[in-house]
Amino acid sequence: MGRTIYVVDGARSPFLKAQKGPGVFAASDLATQAGRALLLRQPFAPADLDEVILGCAAPSPDETNIGRMVALRLGCGPKVPGWTVMRNCASGMQAIDSAIANIQCGRSELVLAGGVDALSRAPLLYSDAMVRWFAGMMSLRTVKQKIGHFLKLPYAELLRPVIGLMKGLTDPVVGLLMGQTAENLAWKFGIDRRQMDEFAVNSHLKAMSARAAGHFGEIVPAVDARGNIYAEDDGVRADASMSGMARLKPFFDKKYGQITAANSSQITDGAAWLILASEEAVQKWQLRPIGRIVDSEWAGLDPAQMGLGPVHAATPILQRHGLGLNDIDFWELNEAFAAQVLACQAAWNSEEYCRQQLDLPAPLGIIADDKLNVDGGAVAIGHPVGASGARIVLHLLHVLKRNNAQRGIAAICIGGGLGGAMLVENCR
Amino acid sequence: MKHWQLIREEDGIAIAVFDKAGESTNSLSAEAMAEFGLILDELDRQPPTGLIFRSGKEAGFIAGADIEEFSQLDSAERGRALVARGWELFKRLAVVSYPTLALVRGHCLGGGLELALACRYLLAVDESGTKMGLPEVMLGIFPGWGGMLRLPRRIGPAAALDLMLSGRTVDAKRAKRIGLADDCVAPRVMEMAARQLLLSGQPRRSLPFMQRLLGGPLKSVAANGARKQVAKKARPEHYPAPYAIIDLWAKHDGNALAAPEIIDRIISSPTARNLLRVYHLQERLKGFGKASDFKAGRVHVIGAGVMGGDIAAWCALRGMTVTLQDQGLKRIAPALQRAHALFVKRLREPLLVRAAFDRLIPDPDGAGVAHADVVIEAIVEDLEAKHRLFKSLEPRMKAGAVLATNTSSLKLEELRTVLARPERLIGIHFFNPVAMMPLVEVVAADGAEPAVVQAACAFVRQIDKLPLPVRSAPGFLVNAVLAPYMLAAMRAVDEGIAPETVDQAMLAFGMPMGPIELADTVGLDIAMAAGRQLTDSAEAPRCLSERVGKSQLGKKSGQGFYDWSSGRAAKGAAGSVPAGLAERLVAPLIDRVEKLLADGVVADGELADAGVIFGAGFAPFSGGPLNYRKGLNF
Repeated sequence: MGRTIYVVDGARSPFLKAQKGPGVFAASDLATQAGRALLLRQPFAPADLDEVILGCAAPSPDETNIGRMVALRLGCGPKVPGWTVMRNCASGMQAIDSAIANIQCGRSELVLAGGVDALSRAPLLYSDAMVRWFAGMMSLRTVKQKIGHFLKLPYAELLRPVIGLMKGLTDPVVGLLMGQTAENLAWKFGIDRRQMDEFAVNSHLKAMSARAAGHFGEIVPAVDARGNIYAEDDGVRADASMSGMARLKPFFDKKYGQITAANSSQITDGAAWLILASEEAVQKWQLRPIGRIVDSEWAGLDPAQMGLGPVHAATPILQRHGLGLNDIDFWELNEAFAAQVLACQAAWNSEEYCRQQLDLPAPLGIIADDKLNVDGGAVAIGHPVGASGARIVLHLLHVLKRNNAQRGIAAICIGGGLGGAMLVENCR
Repeated sequence: MKHWQLIREEDGIAIAVFDKAGESTNSLSAEAMAEFGLILDELDRQPPTGLIFRSGKEAGFIAGADIEEFSQLDSAERGRALVARGWELFKRLAVVSYPTLALVRGHCLGGGLELALACRYLLAVDESGTKMGLPEVMLGIFPGWGGMLRLPRRIGPAAALDLMLSGRTVDAKRAKRIGLADDCVAPRVMEMAARQLLLSGQPRRSLPFMQRLLGGPLKSVAANGARKQVAKKARPEHYPAPYAIIDLWAKHDGNALAAPEIIDRIISSPTARNLLRVYHLQERLKGFGKASDFKAGRVHVIGAGVMGGDIAAWCALRGMTVTLQDQGLKRIAPALQRAHALFVKRLREPLLVRAAFDRLIPDPDGAGVAHADVVIEAIVEDLEAKHRLFKSLEPRMKAGAVLATNTSSLKLEELRTVLARPERLIGIHFFNPVAMMPLVEVVAADGAEPAVVQAACAFVRQIDKLPLPVRSAPGFLVNAVLAPYMLAAMRAVDEGIAPETVDQAMLAFGMPMGPIELADTVGLDIAMAAGRQLTDSAEAPRCLSERVGKSQLGKKSGQGFYDWSSGRAAKGAAGSVPAGLAERLVAPLIDRVEKLLADGVVADGELADAGVIFGAGFAPFSGGPLNYRKGLNF
């Protein structure tokens, strides 16, 4: 990489679990509330940004080009361009990478980049049969014709909407639900239900103790119109236990599978932001960066095994920098599914997988537990898909700071058969 | 012609452009109306296919009649002539042979709306500045140029009386909804829409059956209903105009010329003169800060209590980006809730509400200080706490930023001692409830930087409040004059007069709220402290100290002089008011105004009157406390 890429600061909303029906906040609300607090504490004004890039996998119909919309809502003014990127579960990481690219080539010096999604607000859609019925209605002129058409209303279809969220969580090429791709990995590497549930319980416990220790300083509480405060990630459970986990039934491969709602990441609403700056911008505004993004990588793999994306994206970074898995001080490996993170570890530790899929002469081994997702992950905190990639990069920088450590990698699996990874360094 | 331009287009349409010479807004002066008559003459000679009226000004269609001409109405003849001038002219306009249309963009008030009503079509341009109404009643007069005739016919008596009696305005969308405007269009299509509508031949939307009844056989029922409504808010001896409007509509179909005695009575009434004075006072207050080019974009408010929170909300409503600081988000959140309710009420449109809510940023860490153009402190009234705050604020503030305190009881001279630049501290003193009270006192201590005073006034204008410059003194102007008045009221209660009777006396005098209810609303503990600080009286009234002793603190504690458990004062029936009670209670208030004026707390008598009217609600029809006393002495 040419120019040094600094991360100046970052903030995120609390991650709010989808309850019944649409959440209080739209995606752009969450991004605005977190973003305005972040910008407020900078020495520059929102209008001094060169651009705003926001990753979002499922913006609502009235949030077209949500990146531009939020830039305006943040008070950046009409002249700061804003745009939206979509790389499914890594949309937030893609936003950061797009900011890096523009800083690298000198188009931008100071960029607000992040990700957002409000999955609780994913729409219900009409089936094709209903759409055809509506289209038929449009072409009719007389009242009599219209009454006749009404008699042909497919009532059953009316009550059978297409669930937008399920469409979004289904691979459009191989037709598998994301959870089914994780079942594939569990089968491939022989990961059992107990291991998954243990991993999930640990994720909650780590998140709870990190919260108690005040390690989620990046959260900006959200406030709704009624004055209710949402200060924390509300999916984290203090009472997570193996017996509790055991009560859940497999969700994706009904009856016979192993992956449940509890050992998967949660359907969540949330937003996360980082401010990226060039050396010149750091000098100009006398900024005090929290870290640097040193390298990034995207990789493709079989969509039916999309959960191994982090392995395919992070390995080339390690090779480029001559590093082993445990030369990295801390890892943030996004927890789409407990089984999927365990599968990544298993793949790196498998001689066969490393040789056949990664062209490595020997397996890379296993990331030590005390280096991996030390404050819990998406299983406990939630996975508002567009936001997660930005969240893990930001949180990783905070983990490095607090441990006075040097290097970290944030990696994420991406529905559709992709992986993304970033190598970051602490600014000491 | 000086004020009008008549453009004849190729297609036969004529456009009359009103662009009053030498003024920024259009008003219908005698000269402008004479020219208008010439235009009608010209069009009679050579009739157009249609006539469109529009304004040649950047802002506004027509603001109304020329208010300066009202002040010169010294005889009944002149009054009648003024009414006749507009009545006849607009009557002539209403019956021309060709179609007419008023293209209303921006404010269209009083005589301006009466002109538009005399046109066949009214096309409203959908912009935030577009406002239509007949506010004559607020000046103590009536819409005598055909408004009382044509508005009820166009939108029905119920809605028309409501507008004429309240003086309220409607925006473009609402004008369309109630039938005042034939259509409401975006500026980008207004010219095309005006031509199409003008030549459309489209008939006027007919009124609903009930409204036709109320305008016809049931007219007296409607009039009686309206009289009852008005009686709840204004007494005929204080405010004769609304009653005259109802009578003129019901008995003379809005033609004041048919009842010249009403014209004479209204025009010669002190109320009309005094309300005109109040209007001029308001214009004078609006002039403060014009000298400064200070423009605030970001405001930081510290203290999210009732005052601080509502100040922040108001500033955000008026377009500022506002950061609101307090110890922790929990203290800020209730203010955000109130703010959201205010935005919904005032802005209505969801996108505007959202934008205002986005502009109001909770800021527990005070990061907004560094970006703010105005910093307003509204924390607890504690000198040490404020000193600590000022010390931490000053080094973080931008160089040209205004540093203000909303204190009502601490001395600026003492507050500013900790500042490196003490001359920059200014008082910007709001009244509760912030959204309702138009006045803001701008308080300067000795040696305050004049540019800062100017900037503070400019800021107050920017948020659409009325700035009143006052010198630093206990209670400034408004609280200082209210204290002896409330004290006198409580002394009367000590004498055995029921609180209800005391309040009734002052309501009858024309105050918006009785002094005892006011004390309950302010809080009796605060009234007690203010009494100690602001009156010469050594001892508090017995009725007050007893209640404070029992922790009956008024509205906020649920019980004071009245029971507030339902959220409103539960009042018993008032007794018969002893003769001269109101005069006795108001005398200490006026005495204090005179004293403060003599002490130079406020620059002149006009401003003193303005302050007490807009800050304390002193009966506007009286023209203010000093004006009232002057009237008594005649």
